Amino acid sequence: MQQQTQTNAARRRVISLLVDNQNGVLARVSSLFCRRGFNIDSLTVSATNDPAVSRITVTLHGDDQDLNQLILQTDRLEVTRQVFELNQENSLQRELLLLKIACDSHNRAELREVASIYKAKIIDLSPDSMVFELTGKPEKIDAFLKLFEGYEILELCRTGVTALERGGRHTHMQKPPQEVRAAQLPLPGTHCPEPQ
Amino acid sequence: MLNGSQIFVEVLAEQGVDTIFGYPGGAVLNLYDELYKNSDRIRHILTAHEQGAAHAADGYARATGRTGVVLATSGPGATNLVTGIATAYMDSVPMVAFTGNVATSLIGRDSFQEAYIEGITMPITKHNYTVRRVEDLADTMRAAFRIAQSGRKGPVLVDIPKDVTANSCEFTPKPAELIRTVTQYDEEEVLQAAEMINKAKRPIVCFGGGVRSAAGCQPLRDLLTKADIPATYTLMAAGVLAYGEPHNLGMLGMHGCYTANKAIDEADLVVAVGTRFSDRVALNPQKFAKRAKVIQIDIDPSELGKNVAVDLSLVGDAAYILQAILPHVDKAEHPEWMAQIREWQSHDYKPEDSDTELKPHQLIAEICRQAGPEAVYVTDVGQHQMWAAQYLHHTKSRGFLTSGGLGTMGFGYGAAIGAQVALGNDHRVIMLTGDGSFHMNLNECCTAVSYELPIITVIFNNQVLGMVRQWQTSFYGKRYSNTDPHRKTDFVKLAEAFGAKGYRATTPEEFRAVFADAMKQKGPSLIDCRIGKDERVLPMIPGGGDINDIIME
Repeated sequence: MQQQTQTNAARRRVISLLVDNQNGVLARVSSLFCRRGFNIDSLTVSATNDPAVSRITVTLHGDDQDLNQLILQTDRLEVTRQVFELNQENSLQRELLLLKIACDSHNRAELREVASIYKAKIIDLSPDSMVFELTGKPEKIDAFLKLFEGYEILELCRTGVTALERGGRHTHMQKPPQEVRAAQLPLPGTHCPEPQ
Repeated sequence: MLNGSQIFVEVLAEQGVDTIFGYPGGAVLNLYDELYKNSDRIRHILTAHEQGAAHAADGYARATGRTGVVLATSGPGATNLVTGIATAYMDSVPMVAFTGNVATSLIGRDSFQEAYIEGITMPITKHNYTVRRVEDLADTMRAAFRIAQSGRKGPVLVDIPKDVTANSCEFTPKPAELIRTVTQYDEEEVLQAAEMINKAKRPIVCFGGGVRSAAGCQPLRDLLTKADIPATYTLMAAGVLAYGEPHNLGMLGMHGCYTANKAIDEADLVVAVGTRFSDRVALNPQKFAKRAKVIQIDIDPSELGKNVAVDLSLVGDAAYILQAILPHVDKAEHPEWMAQIREWQSHDYKPEDSDTELKPHQLIAEICRQAGPEAVYVTDVGQHQMWAAQYLHHTKSRGFLTSGGLGTMGFGYGAAIGAQVALGNDHRVIMLTGDGSFHMNLNECCTAVSYELPIITVIFNNQVLGMVRQWQTSFYGKRYSNTDPHRKTDFVKLAEAFGAKGYRATTPEEFRAVFADAMKQKGPSLIDCRIGKDERVLPMIPGGGDINDIIME
């Protein structure tokens, strides 16, 4: 656990969690984050190609120590199948933004220009507002939003990050293997027995 | 075809359960009807309150290592289990709690005695289930037992709606699964650990409850002997190393002995086994073992480096890992280090004796003398608990049952009932409590009377809430806010009202006599022992402090 290089700077991290697709699984995961004091930036839950498995993608700001604890604590849950960090270089991270801006005939053109540079789609146009749709890395969405600081944002909604690793199949940290040992329990009132 | 209640009983039997603790109610009527028909296979112990039943199942598990089972009805029955489940969770005690619930058609409608116990107990169980179909009942129960007793042990809750206990389905018996533990380890890390131990000049072993839950304690004792390493333990591991063994330094932590805390501070290597370095042990995680390299062995990877930074960590069952390390450890002696430790031991805190007043340490010494090393000692929480930890001559790894992690006042009586039921009346179970803790769950006295359990309860009665008051004395300018309740409870009459035997002792001589008499009783007895309200637990290291802050007088 300690072999990882320790960097103490808090940065944005993305964790992918494969969990049993069953009732209450989101409650279990989010309750864990809450009681261990992990501060989450975003969390998405989605189906996977296996109907028995759901994927939860979590982003948070933290150092290696925080991240390590989050992964290990999450791994203790019975519903957790795999949990691992997705690093920036070898994963694909995307987020969807819907942004509603107040506008009128005077600034409609400049807004359209911003949208076209970022390849955002205009998906609604009303006399006093327009709605953009943008998909991209979280950083791209942040940069796009920065351009609207001078405008009146009526509403916005981000989906949170959804992410996959590049390349083919991957194997990740699994629960520690548990071997069967003889169920030789301590006799009442005696010292516990020795291992076989 | 069997109905849900029949399946319930069949799976319990299949898992080797012969005793359960519980309290009936509307939602579990079907289960209780089946228990009635199977009373020859499964013994049900009825407590006064569901909390007592949960602590009893916990005490049963702690005393034997087997999984404790508790059954309660829906709503208030289920919520009354919560403290008991949380207590077991914090101390990694294997337990399966079954609760009834309203019928599936009524769930979510605020029905009579409905509570969402699955949600309530999510953070205090290893895992929990609501069984929605009778077809899932058997396998869910089996999974609950498997989870409770595998890896790092802990409580599991299974919530069973009333219609599931009535509906029928096919039932296929299966043999109970073997208990699993992590038997694998990393060979490289084992060699590294052995090398660190061989190089150390001032090594110390610090072990916790994980050793008691592991597959065995002998490898630990062998390591101490072979490499001549002194050892200290946390509250949860009292008894693993017998009192008087030369390498046994005594308990570590806030109320641990001077030598143990000093040795950790001066050591150059700390081998931590099955301990999470809680804030009552590593009072200041930055200063804890500051001169030492730390090796940590734990079955739960999330404990490694959680509270204190470690240099080498090994995941697995402590017994298997220590067994693997042992052949690579050189036979060694550390005469200088041991001499230094002997010197520190001469400075350890020694309480003053008295011939006229009752002193906690003398009471405990007398209890030990009469009840003997084979007795099981159970405590509540507070000053008496710490005195029991410090002064009992612990010799059995499962001989000291106490709520360590959660610190549950009121734990003791239920746990003592569980232990006495598990071990049988031929074994001696002694419950040590304070007047504060005992007031919380003394209702269970009626249970001990009903089942004729010869539990001897010694009440360290200082008439105040001693531990909190001690902190108020030391850190809050003697402003005794709500720690002096002015209670007039007559414990002798109370015992008699319940149908138990009551005694009062005011001098050491009286105590000797009444305890001897209590030992002859067939049923439960209470001994009210008045001690001074200014008695303190010493030594003490305040929270966040280190060995330099130790209070010895």
